[in-house]
Amino acid sequence: MNKELTKHYSSGHSACAGCAFPSIVRTVLGEATTPVVIANATGCLEVTSTLYPYSNWKTPYIHNAFENVAATISGVEKAYEVLRRKGKIKKKIKFVAFGGDGGTYDIGLQSLSGALERGHNFLYVLYDNEGYMNTGNQRSSATPYGAFTETTPVGKISFGKTEVRKNLMEIVKAHQIPYLAQANVAFQSDLKKKAQKALSIEGPTFLSVFSPCTNNWKFPTSQYVNIAKLATETNFWPLYEIEKGKYKINWATDEPKPIEKFLKTQGRFKHLFKNKNKEVIVEMQAIVNREWERLANLSE
Amino acid sequence: MEHGAVIKHNQKKSPKTGEWRYMHPEIDKNVCIGCGVCEGFCPDAAIKIKNGKAIIDYEYCKGCGVCVTVCPVKAIIMKKK
Repeated sequence: MNKELTKHYSSGHSACAGCAFPSIVRTVLGEATTPVVIANATGCLEVTSTLYPYSNWKTPYIHNAFENVAATISGVEKAYEVLRRKGKIKKKIKFVAFGGDGGTYDIGLQSLSGALERGHNFLYVLYDNEGYMNTGNQRSSATPYGAFTETTPVGKISFGKTEVRKNLMEIVKAHQIPYLAQANVAFQSDLKKKAQKALSIEGPTFLSVFSPCTNNWKFPTSQYVNIAKLATETNFWPLYEIEKGKYKINWATDEPKPIEKFLKTQGRFKHLFKNKNKEVIVEMQAIVNREWERLANLSE
Repeated sequence: MEHGAVIKHNQKKSPKTGEWRYMHPEIDKNVCIGCGVCEGFCPDAAIKIKNGKAIIDYEYCKGCGVCVTVCPVKAIIMKKK
C-alpha cells in the first residue's frame, strides 16, 4: 500500500477493478495543504468506501442522502465558521464535497445551486461517469446522445439516448462563482493544478472530472486511462477552466481525432456502428464540434 | 464506544481486495525506470516506488491491469497464477 497516496482515502475499498474515481479522489485530496472534511452524495464512491464495519476514509467524512451533499457541507462549513469565530477551533480547514453525476446533474442540483449561491467556502468535485452506474446503468442527464443504458435501450427503432447531455458547467457558471474547471482523470498534472487552484481560492469552487466506468460503459478493466485520454483528444471532453468569468482552454490540438475513435472503445456505443445508425454518429460529431467552437470563441 | 453510525478507520478491518484477482501484474525490475506513472493511476494505491523501482502490494491489487496499459516502457506484464 502506498502510504503517500492513502493519507485520506485508503486501500481496501470495493470499487470495481479498474475504476477511475479512486485516482480522482486521491489526486484532488493530495493537493490539500490543510486538514479536509469530506461530504459525499450517495453513489458509487459512497457505497464502495463505507462498507460496515470498515471505512477507508482517514479524514472526517459525512454521508447524508442522495440529494443534499452540498446542503450538508454548507451546514458543516457554517458550523466551523461559528466555532472559529468563537475561538473553539484554531486551525484552517477546507471542505470538499464529492458527488457523482446523478447526485450533481439531477438529484442534487437544487442543493448544489443553493450552496453555490450562498457562497460557502468549499470545493465541489463531480466525478462524471455519465449515468447511474451504482444501480446498474440507468440514464442521467449527463449521459451523452446515442448511448445505450438500461432505460434508453437499443432496438429496431431506438438508438439509445435521444437527448443531448445537459451543460452543467454553464449552469454552475451562472452562479458567478470564482473558479470552476473541467478536468479529466487521465490528465493528472492538469487535474492536480486545477485542484490546487480550487482549494486555494476562498468561496465556492467546482471541478467536473471525467471518470470512465468499466462495468457499464463496457470496456476491459485495464482501459480507463486510454479511454479518458481519447475523450479529450476527440474534443468530446474538452479541458478548460473559468476563472472570474474568463474562459481558458487548457488542452487543444490542431487535429482532433474523429469521435468514432472514442466510441469504438466502448460497448455502450456498439450499436452506432450498424449501417442504420450512421447518422447518429454524424450528429454526435456535430454536437462535439458545436461545443468546441462555442468554447473556442469564448476563450481568449 | 461507537456513536450512531460513526465508523472509525481501521485498516485491520479492511477486506483484502487482492482476493478478487484472477491475473496478477508482475514488474520486470530490469526494465522498470521508476517513473511513477502506474502509481498515480492505480485505483487501489497498491503500487509504490522504492529505490527507483515499482513494488506491488498483492494484498490489495485487484488485478485490473491499468498499470500494464499506462507503463511507458512496458515493464509490467499480466500473468495467471
